[in-house]
Amino acid sequence: MVSRTTDDYESMALAGCAAICEPAFWAGFDRKSADGFYDYFCQLTRHEPKRAAKYGIPHYSWLCINPKEAEDIGLAREVMALIPEFLQAPNVLGIGEIGLNKNTRNELQILEAHIDLAVQHKQLILVHTPHLEDKRKGTRLILDILKAHGKVNPERVIIDHVEEHTFREVVEQGFWAGITLYPESKASPQRAVDMLESISAQRVWLNSACDWGHSDPLAVPKAALEMRRRGHSVEVVDRLIYQNPLQFLSQCAKFKDPGVIA
Amino acid sequence: MHFMEARSKLLELAAFLDRVERATGAPDYRIKGLQSALPLLLKDGTERVATILHHWSDPTINPADKAETKAASGVWSGIK
Repeated sequence: MVSRTTDDYESMALAGCAAICEPAFWAGFDRKSADGFYDYFCQLTRHEPKRAAKYGIPHYSWLCINPKEAEDIGLAREVMALIPEFLQAPNVLGIGEIGLNKNTRNELQILEAHIDLAVQHKQLILVHTPHLEDKRKGTRLILDILKAHGKVNPERVIIDHVEEHTFREVVEQGFWAGITLYPESKASPQRAVDMLESISAQRVWLNSACDWGHSDPLAVPKAALEMRRRGHSVEVVDRLIYQNPLQFLSQCAKFKDPGVIA
Repeated sequence: MHFMEARSKLLELAAFLDRVERATGAPDYRIKGLQSALPLLLKDGTERVATILHHWSDPTINPADKAETKAASGVWSGIK
């Protein structure tokens, strides 16, 4: 949400958004120093929750250096050294979105270091799978690394941006699967519902991308509408867009059920 | 079932290919990749999307030595 206006917060609040989980992301340009990331982590953990609170939405975040900036191993390690300090922040859910972009050796090295960091600090893990033609290969490399680690519990990992050719592999290996909705570059609400009707999966959720590129903060409610149009019950929709995220995120003690008034 | 939406998107694809045909410039491997997926639409079954995504995917298994670019193009450049 750091690249979104308050209009988007208002639209999401009006559409019934109960909580926002914002991953550390590539800014669209490479940051030149660890100091730039320090400021970004402050923005994610201190400033953005205040913006969201003005619209009554709890804001959570994930921290990492995104795979798009992981090719510079030296910078990546400097940034990772900052993360433990921020893991104490009340809105941090875990490490993410880590993963791969162009499936390089350097990206793999930093992915493994992030996984170690998450295990060491008992954090949930959010994984970004690569884009377009790189997704299938990258997803397989990521699954191999996670399985080979030995101390990663798949129930505490969500593999994000699955599509029709990667969804089955992810859920069959016990991980949570995230279907990210995008107007063009990933799944549409219609395709997401098709996937859910075709492949039986318990550990799955949908997410709207709200980044600086072509994306739609209201994509999840649009997918919910698509499900209702197709005759899915309110309970089935609620399981997918509310109960499932709640089940996964509640593994982090800092996450509070937005439906429970304190 | 979104028939009109699918009809519209098919016409948009046809218009895009016409536009490419009229354009000048060097050939683009992505167009070839797009065209090579079209016969897959006519196959029987219910996994056309997955089949096309597999068709466009990088089939190699070893990590790359270095990233030449940050962006993905949408179609693996080695498609014949």
